[in-house]
Amino acid sequence: MKKDIILSGVGGQGILSIATVIGEAATIAGLHLKQAEVHGMSQRGGDVQSDLRLSTEPIASDLIARGQADLIISMEPMEALRYLPFLAADGAVITSSKPFINIPNYPEEAALQAELKALPKVVQSDIDQVAADLGAARSSNMVLLGMAAKFLEIVSPDTLREAIRHIFASKGDSVVESNIRAFNAGIELSE
Amino acid sequence: MSQQKLLLGDEAIALGALHAGLGGVYAYPGTPSTEITEFIQGNPLTRERGIHSRWCTNEKTAMEAALGMSYAGKRALVCMKHVGMNVCADAFVNSAITGTNGGIVVLAADDPSMHSSQNEQDSRFYGKFAMVPVFEPSNQQEAYDMMKVAFEYSEAIKEPVVMRLVTRLAHSRASVTIGEPNAQQQLPLSTGRQWVLLPGIAKKNYAVLIDKQPGMLKAAEDSTYNSLTLYPANKGKMGVIACGIGYNYVTEAQPKNVSGVLKVSQYPLPESQIRQLAANSDSLLVVEDGQPVVEQDIKAMLGTGYVVKGRLSGDLPRTGELNPDSVARSLGEETGACFDASKNVVGRPPALCPGCGHRDVYNALNKVAAEYPNARIFGDIGCYTLGALPPFQALASCVDMGASITMAKGAADAGAFPCIAIIGDSTFTHSGMTGLLDAINDHSNITVVISDNLTTAMTGGQDSAGTNKFEAICRGLGVEEEHLHVVVPLPKNMDEITRIIRDEINYDGVSVIIPRRECIQTLNRRMRKERALKEAAKK
Repeated sequence: MKKDIILSGVGGQGILSIATVIGEAATIAGLHLKQAEVHGMSQRGGDVQSDLRLSTEPIASDLIARGQADLIISMEPMEALRYLPFLAADGAVITSSKPFINIPNYPEEAALQAELKALPKVVQSDIDQVAADLGAARSSNMVLLGMAAKFLEIVSPDTLREAIRHIFASKGDSVVESNIRAFNAGIELSE
Repeated sequence: MSQQKLLLGDEAIALGALHAGLGGVYAYPGTPSTEITEFIQGNPLTRERGIHSRWCTNEKTAMEAALGMSYAGKRALVCMKHVGMNVCADAFVNSAITGTNGGIVVLAADDPSMHSSQNEQDSRFYGKFAMVPVFEPSNQQEAYDMMKVAFEYSEAIKEPVVMRLVTRLAHSRASVTIGEPNAQQQLPLSTGRQWVLLPGIAKKNYAVLIDKQPGMLKAAEDSTYNSLTLYPANKGKMGVIACGIGYNYVTEAQPKNVSGVLKVSQYPLPESQIRQLAANSDSLLVVEDGQPVVEQDIKAMLGTGYVVKGRLSGDLPRTGELNPDSVARSLGEETGACFDASKNVVGRPPALCPGCGHRDVYNALNKVAAEYPNARIFGDIGCYTLGALPPFQALASCVDMGASITMAKGAADAGAFPCIAIIGDSTFTHSGMTGLLDAINDHSNITVVISDNLTTAMTGGQDSAGTNKFEAICRGLGVEEEHLHVVVPLPKNMDEITRIIRDEINYDGVSVIIPRRECIQTLNRRMRKERALKEAAKK
């Protein structure tokens, strides 16, 4: 079994924390993993993307081929659409619905929504609002991860929770609990 | 006892070097190589063993210090991005002529597709140029394992060796099996005369280097990192030569119609395996990330009658990094998109951070420059290169580290006015100081802005070599006191800053203006740390 995942967003939105949690979960589950990240220039408010590949078998390429991604997990709706050519025919898009507008020519939101809604498998939500309502404003990326949990399949929600506990342990119990709450809320959203 | 660790390619290199008994790393930050030195700086072994890991002023000082460490019998790692090889080329090429004592590994991280660079130069050319071996790991495990092999090999042949990475390996994470650290290597202090490159000695050394070449070839042919797999059922079809991470894309594509695959991760090219593969094939496809180094060599090796495909033949794209799609296509295995590219998506270029001091500097420069019809602002390498993009669109040029000052000088020499240079603090000490001295000695009519944010910001906030020394450096080089200014780039100081810029443009000679304000990223990080410490103290 394999899962090819594209993580996307805008520099500074925290896609690498999602990658770190999934990576930790994959390590706990004894899976093979490769994760190509973007560092450097593109972190200054530009688009950022990471290819994350999980498999029960050894993985060769660090990058995902076109038409092969099982999942696009995005912190931003236009950034989710940027990687459509990589999505598999039965792939799912899990995204925040809220645009991050830091460019003058950002497209019409209605046009983005029409495009997203035309896709076969889409889960979207205003994750910033969900996290804020939970009193966990800084954990919106874990809401997103929760929304993606049932599509991840190769790692279980329990393993992802365990990974969240490991990753955030050094920041104290309250941070761990906010992130778990955010993750659980995300799971409910995709039910 | 071995253990598994999730590591970036860069981190695997760093840990491999530490476990190989490293004496010191010498480096200047540059994407995608920066994380190597940062990992070594943060590793407990570094403090325990007193391993050198402080950042250097530039790649040339790094290479030379590594050569000194080698002379004294320790193992040294030099790290840089590909263009850093140009900066240290003098020392690097000559280090092959002197030879080494303690092992030297020169790590060059190439950036095909120019994710964060100005060109796609391929560091394997430098290996050939200096006539030293090159290692090119295909994955994170090899990156770790090869460091020990490379240091041992360097000491065995008494030559530096090159380790070549590309962005996709440097910045990709995978599980690596790691072993125990070796003791720190300590050979005796060198006593030889080979380090004195007077012509008489250099000529002898060069002959020695040439005599070593057949041994390097034999080592590459015997290397476990170069392996040939033949598929007898497909004899007479196309054979594949897959270099470095190109091998991963070939493996991913699972080609069904090839006569064999030669994996190449150690150079010089293993000629006997190439000839064997060629004899079993009607043509060869070279899959290499970067420039067509191997494709050219193989064409020369096999002669004009033999068909060699790759980036030159158009079977793979001539520019940009390889990817699983382009490689699959070259192997006749189609991959393809299921969904069309979105018509709504637009580019989202990077920008200077909100609150960044460079923003205020550009606001001031643009305001004054607008008063002169032919004002030109010559830029340099760093975050502030983003001043070339909207909303500022301020820069006339960005070429290489330090070129802002010297290009402004050359333009001023040709009569252009006003010529303004903008350069960051770390870039100024890297390669700007010597150019400023030229300008001062020539009494050039230029205005130099050293935009000092107290760090090497673009690569993530590494220490900057000149912090707290800039006024002294400028005075020492000969900048006149009344034409040396320090300002704080904040909107409230705009009148003062624009007035100073205007006055100094009108001064016929070299002026230096230093807008100084801490990088917003390092400031936020520092404040978060201080808050956390305060809260911990309360508890």
